[in-house]
Amino acid sequence: MSSRRLTRGAASAGALLLAASLVACGSSGPGGAGGGGGDAAQVWALQDTVLNPIEESSISRFNEASEAGDAELATFGNDPYKQRLRVALSSPEAPDVFFNWGGGNLKEYVDAGAVEDLTPLLEEDPELRDSFIPSVLEAAQLDGKYYGIPMRGVQPVALFYNESVLEAAGVEVPQTWEQLLSAVDALKANGVTPIALAGSQSWTELMWIEYLLDRVGGPEVFQAIRDGEPGAWENPAVLQSLQLVTDLVDRGAFGEDFASVGYDVGGASTILAQGDAGFHLMGSWEYVNQLGQSPEFVEAGDLGWAPFPAVEGGAGDPANVVGNPTNFYSVAADSQHKDAALEYVTTALDDEQYVEDLVAAGDVPAVAGVRDQLEQGENADYTTWIYDLVEGAPNFQLSWDQDLPADQATQMLTELQRLFLGEQTPEGFIATMSAA
Amino acid sequence: MAGTTLVTTAPTPTAPAPRGRPRGTRERPSGWYLAPALAFFGFFAVLPMGLVVYLSFTDWNGFGFPQPSGAANWERLVADGEARDALLLTLLFMVVTWAVQTPIALLIGVWAAGRQRNRAVLSSLFFLPLLLSTAAIALLWASVLDPNFGVTQALPFLDRFNFLGDTDIVIYTVVWVVSWQYVPFHTLLYQGAARQIPHSLYEAATIDGAGRYRQFFTITLPLLKYTVITSSVLMLVGSFTTFDTILILTGGGPGTTTRIAPLYMYITGFSGFEFGYASAIAVLLLVLGAGLSLFVTRITGFRAMQSQQEGS
Repeated sequence: MSSRRLTRGAASAGALLLAASLVACGSSGPGGAGGGGGDAAQVWALQDTVLNPIEESSISRFNEASEAGDAELATFGNDPYKQRLRVALSSPEAPDVFFNWGGGNLKEYVDAGAVEDLTPLLEEDPELRDSFIPSVLEAAQLDGKYYGIPMRGVQPVALFYNESVLEAAGVEVPQTWEQLLSAVDALKANGVTPIALAGSQSWTELMWIEYLLDRVGGPEVFQAIRDGEPGAWENPAVLQSLQLVTDLVDRGAFGEDFASVGYDVGGASTILAQGDAGFHLMGSWEYVNQLGQSPEFVEAGDLGWAPFPAVEGGAGDPANVVGNPTNFYSVAADSQHKDAALEYVTTALDDEQYVEDLVAAGDVPAVAGVRDQLEQGENADYTTWIYDLVEGAPNFQLSWDQDLPADQATQMLTELQRLFLGEQTPEGFIATMSAA
Repeated sequence: MAGTTLVTTAPTPTAPAPRGRPRGTRERPSGWYLAPALAFFGFFAVLPMGLVVYLSFTDWNGFGFPQPSGAANWERLVADGEARDALLLTLLFMVVTWAVQTPIALLIGVWAAGRQRNRAVLSSLFFLPLLLSTAAIALLWASVLDPNFGVTQALPFLDRFNFLGDTDIVIYTVVWVVSWQYVPFHTLLYQGAARQIPHSLYEAATIDGAGRYRQFFTITLPLLKYTVITSSVLMLVGSFTTFDTILILTGGGPGTTTRIAPLYMYITGFSGFEFGYASAIAVLLLVLGAGLSLFVTRITGFRAMQSQQEGS
């Protein structure tokens, strides 16, 4: 046992050293075809080894077919992207089409007048509008206007579990919060960490409070917060769901060590795969991660998934989901190549080949009627389940850290981490956030 | 913290410049020799500092142009409990890293100054951390101290600690990692300085009957005074601005338990996109950092720099 840990530790240390030296050699500039702006519309997206080739081939198909002009892809790492986009959008170096998360994140750009309103195009072309899942398309709808077109898969958050760990403890997959609590107690008594949590990264903790507030108070409570209504944080549903979280922490549901477990380094996922934890609340990408890192765990059929449990007496519909509805392409209002940019986002993203490529890469595109295609593909059990979950969801709440303005989101994540550590009370959290 | 000493080689004034204008005096190179360095310094140090001071009086989230906001950022900074906590934490961090590193570096440095071969071999091994980049060191320790897969979890006694997750000890974990990285550098300073001490002093002391401890405290330590000051300034200013190690190792967490002032500035600026307020924090750090090194050099008479070799 301990020698296995030792080798793993040493191996991961070596790998990290290697990674660090690679990172040190990398550049922060745009990857991909980048280079001169030239005459082509610039399409900015995130670096992603799986998606980038799909985006490249979509753009080259567009360049061959379109007469409105050419497009060109430039890609960036996640954090540099957010910083660069923000500064670039108000400069002559602005992209023509840019990747975003919708919601409040996009709203900041819209409020600055930097984003083109796509509503007229969608109204002219109802077929295009109807080709996407409505609850997903709405995530880029602000004040009744559409500012983005879905460009990749849906990413709802789901409750993943280790089947054999649950079995060993005699635990059923919980349908309700009460059942989850008794499952936690049973797993704890069985000597495993009930729920894996990568608590060194606060967005993993955020998923708990997002779902709980939705179940307890319904989606309207957070929407009021996002819209900046005075006193919105003081809604009793917020306090109740924060208390549910602290109860869970105090119960030992996340074990003792969660504060230093990371997600990016595979910590929480590995704990689940190794059978040291029963549950793991995570975005739908967890499946692909597990498949890549612990294939034997997935292939043995031990990885299970379920919707987040209902809270008894809560006002929210248990069919609601939270997470990242999808990512969007939006068009810059000051684009020099607006014709090409608009044509690209309205024709290339529901293109058959593009959707097929996404499905083949394991994504669940936000395209209506893609279910048949998913059934034919690999991992159909999982992908069709995700599709049904999203399609059947009356509301798809975007992750709060993307939906709130950046300064509030940063403070909320800090306070949330302190809440999980027991350094902040639910009442203190609400007071701090109300004052922000 | 890794200070580099600039060795400026003055152009040798032997041969006159081919097409040089006749000059009254050839003893000093022209003032224009300074121009490249000065331009660099102006463009990359003075100008950004000026801009940061300007930004600290504005409100800017990255879009469009900064909007002047008067002293709003500064008023907020004065009232900001989180900023105060971050500064206090920075102070604790500075003092502890200094107190941990100085004795270790001093003792190893003086020991390594000996000419014995085993010391040369051991000290070259000991200087290895100097070869690693900060990012690599932070990732390495994050992995070693991981609560589930770390090496420490396989060791007796150490496995009961959660070095990166326990809010009471995580700051000391950071001190340990930073010290591990920088003690070798300061050891090198002390080793070099200790070798400069004339051997005759020790011989005389031996004749006078002084033992090893007496020699250390009455000869070595006083003659290393200026090295102690140099090393302390580097340590204090360095730990005052430590950023990369903490960002990678803990991200300032868990919660805010390792969020020292530079990290608070970064998170405010590049995560919350409040560039104006982050600039105000940056100006405060700039003033405190400059004041700190000025204070240390003043109080210790470092600027007088009189020679110690006459036994003054």
